[in-house]
Amino acid sequence: MSEVGSEANPLRVAIVGAGPAGFYAAERLFKEKGLTVQVDMFERLPVPFGLVRFGVAPDHPKIKSVTKVFDRIAKKPGFRFFGNVDIGEDVSVEDLKQYYHQIVFTIGAPTDRNLPVPGVEFTGNYPATEFVAWYNGHPDYRDYEFDLSKERAAVVGIGNVAVDVARILVRDPDELAKTDIADYALEALRQSNIKEVYVLGRRGPAQAAFTPPEAKELLELNGVDTLVLPEEAELDPLSQESMVAAGRGVVRNVEIIQQMAQNEPTDQPHRLTIRFLVSPVEIFGNEAGEVVGMKLVKNELYKTESGTLRPRATDQFEEMPIDLVFRSVGYRGVPVPGVPFNDRWGVIMNQEGRIVDAETGEQVIGEYTAGWIKRGPSGVIGTNKPDAVETVVHMLEDLQTDKILHPAHSQAGAAEVFIAEKQPRFVTYEDWLRIDEIEIARGQEQGRPRVKFTDVEEMLAVVGK
Amino acid sequence: MKVSGLLATKSPTVITIHPDQPVADAVTLYGQHNIGSLIVVDRDNHLVGILSERDIVRHLPEYDDVMGTAVQEIMTPRVIVALPQDDVMSVAHTMTERRFRHMPVVDEGELVGIISIGDIIKCQRDQYRGEIATLETQIMAENI
Ligand SMILES: Cc1cc2nc3c(=O)[nH]c(=O)nc-3n(C[C@H](O)[C@H](O)[C@H](O)COP(=O)(O)OP(=O)(O)OC[C@H]3O[C@@H](n4cnc5c(N)ncnc54)[C@H](O)[C@@H]3O)c2cc1C
Repeated sequence: MSEVGSEANPLRVAIVGAGPAGFYAAERLFKEKGLTVQVDMFERLPVPFGLVRFGVAPDHPKIKSVTKVFDRIAKKPGFRFFGNVDIGEDVSVEDLKQYYHQIVFTIGAPTDRNLPVPGVEFTGNYPATEFVAWYNGHPDYRDYEFDLSKERAAVVGIGNVAVDVARILVRDPDELAKTDIADYALEALRQSNIKEVYVLGRRGPAQAAFTPPEAKELLELNGVDTLVLPEEAELDPLSQESMVAAGRGVVRNVEIIQQMAQNEPTDQPHRLTIRFLVSPVEIFGNEAGEVVGMKLVKNELYKTESGTLRPRATDQFEEMPIDLVFRSVGYRGVPVPGVPFNDRWGVIMNQEGRIVDAETGEQVIGEYTAGWIKRGPSGVIGTNKPDAVETVVHMLEDLQTDKILHPAHSQAGAAEVFIAEKQPRFVTYEDWLRIDEIEIARGQEQGRPRVKFTDVEEMLAVVGK
Repeated sequence: MKVSGLLATKSPTVITIHPDQPVADAVTLYGQHNIGSLIVVDRDNHLVGILSERDIVRHLPEYDDVMGTAVQEIMTPRVIVALPQDDVMSVAHTMTERRFRHMPVVDEGELVGIISIGDIIKCQRDQYRGEIATLETQIMAENI
C-alpha cells in the first residue's frame, strides 16, 4: 500500500467538535504541502462553531463574523462535516479508531464550577454558562427558565463572561432586538424587572480579568449608570507597586475603573456596580427556597512567594439583598469515555496536544487535542489557532515516524456508511449552509443578522432529516 | 493566564531525584528527558530542593568529582514555589527578577509540576499570536 498522506492513500483525520479549535486544526492540516488529507469533522449539534455561536454575546456581531473564515475552510476539498453526531453517544472513540489514522478532540469546556459556599442550592443561583447558552439559543438550554421578575442580580466573577452577562441583563431590549439573541430570551428580557446588577471581583482593579474594550463598553451603555465605589477603585500598596511591571491592558483597566468611580448615580433605569475585593461567603434563601441575599467578606491582597497578589478574607462582612446570582467562576471540561482526563486541571491529559496516558505519561497513539479542552478556558478565539497549530505540527511529526493508527477501514466511503448506520440523521455542511441561509433570511425580515433555530428537530426538519 | 493553564499541556509526570543520589544520575535524567532542572524530593515525596544544570556548573571548580557528589550537597535547598492559581505574568516577573529558570508548582503541599522560563515565554508568545490571529480572522471575514 502507498504511503499514508499520499493521493492514493490520504491521511484520514477525525476532528471531534466544530468550534474554533477544530476549524483551526483543519486549516493547518490543509495547509501542509505535499500532504493529501481527508478531514471528517464531528459535531454533536446540527450546527457548527461551538462557543462562537453559543458563547460570544449576540451584541458582538463583529466577533461572530469570524465564522465566515471557518466556512471557507469547510469548502476545502477533503473536508466533510458530520453534524448531529455525538462522539461518545452515537459513535464511540473505539469506533473512530477503526476508520481514522488520527483523531483530534476539540470539544471545548462546557461546564461551570460551583461556588463553595452555603446556600448554593437556593433557586435563583445560576451558572453563567447556562444563562449564556440560553440567551444564545443553544438547543440544550432553550427550555431553561431564569426568573427575571426580581430587581437585583449579582454576577460572581470579573472576567469577560461576567461582563457579558451583566451587560445583557442591563442592556436596552430594543438594542438587543437588533441582534441574533434567541427570541424567547429577548421576550424574557423585555419583561425583566432587573434594575441593579453587581459584578463581584475577589481581587482589586489591577487584577480584574476583563479586557479594556469590554470594560469600556459598560461605560457607554444607554440607560445605565455604571459605578465603582471610590474606595474600591483605589489601589492598595501592593497593587500600586505591581503597576510598574504591569502590561498595557492592566493599566487601561485601572484607568477605566477609576473613571467609573467618578460617575455619580443618576436616575437611569439600570444601575451596574462593579465591586472589588469581595467574596460571597453565603447565599441566603427564604422559606420558598429562593435567593434573597448574600453575605460578602471583604478581602485584602497578599503576595504569594512567586509574586502573585491573591485575596485573603478579612474579618469584615456585609450583607446585601440579592434576588439572583449568576456565577462565572471558570469553565471546565468534561471527560469523554475512553479518553484520559486530567481532573486537576479539567482538561484532556495531554502533552502539547498529544494525548498521554494518565498513569504512565506515555503517548496514546493517534489521539490528540486542541482548544479549551487541551489548555483550559483562556484567551480569545484566535488563541485557539497557535494552540491547534502546535497540535497539528505534532500530528505531522508522528505521521513521519509512523506513530499513527492503522485502521481496518481507511476509505472515506466506509466511514460514511458506518456513520449513517449509527446516526442516519447526520447533517452535512451543505445542510448547515441551508440552515444558515434560512436563519439569515428570517433575520432580514426583522432587520436582524439572523433568527436562530433553537430546536434540533426544527433544524433537522428544514433539511429534510 | 494562570499557572494551571500552563501546566495543562505539559507532561503530568514530574521527573524527580532523591537527595542522596549522585549528581551523575541527575545528568543522565537531564539527557533522557531533555530537561534542564530536576526537583529533589525526599522518600515521602516532599520537596526538598531543586538541582539545575547551573547548580552543577557552579560547583564544578569546588569538587574534584562533582558527578560522584550527592545531589543534596550542591542543590538549591530553599525553593520558591508557584501555586496553580498564580498569575503567569507575576511569576514571570519574579523569575526574571530573581534569575530563576525553573519553578516547581505545588498544590496543597503536593508537587504537581514544574515551569521553566521557556514555558512562560511560549505562553506569552502564544497569547500575542492569539490576539493577532483573532484580528486577522476578523479582517479576513470582512473581506469575504
Ligand atoms: C460566554 C463566552 C463569551 C465569549 N466571548 C468571546 C469574545 O467575545 N471574543 C473572543 O475572542 N472569544 C470569546 N470567547 C472565547 C471563545 O469562544 C473560545 O476561545 C472558543 O470558542 C474555544 O474554542 P474550542 O473550539 O476549544 O471550543 P468550543 O467553541 O466550545 O467548541 C467545541 C465544540 O465541540 C462540540 N462537542 C462537544 N462534545 C462533543 C462530542 N462528544 N461530540 C461531538 N462534538 C462535541 C461542541 O458542541 C462545540 O461545538 C467567549 C467564551 C464564552 C464562554
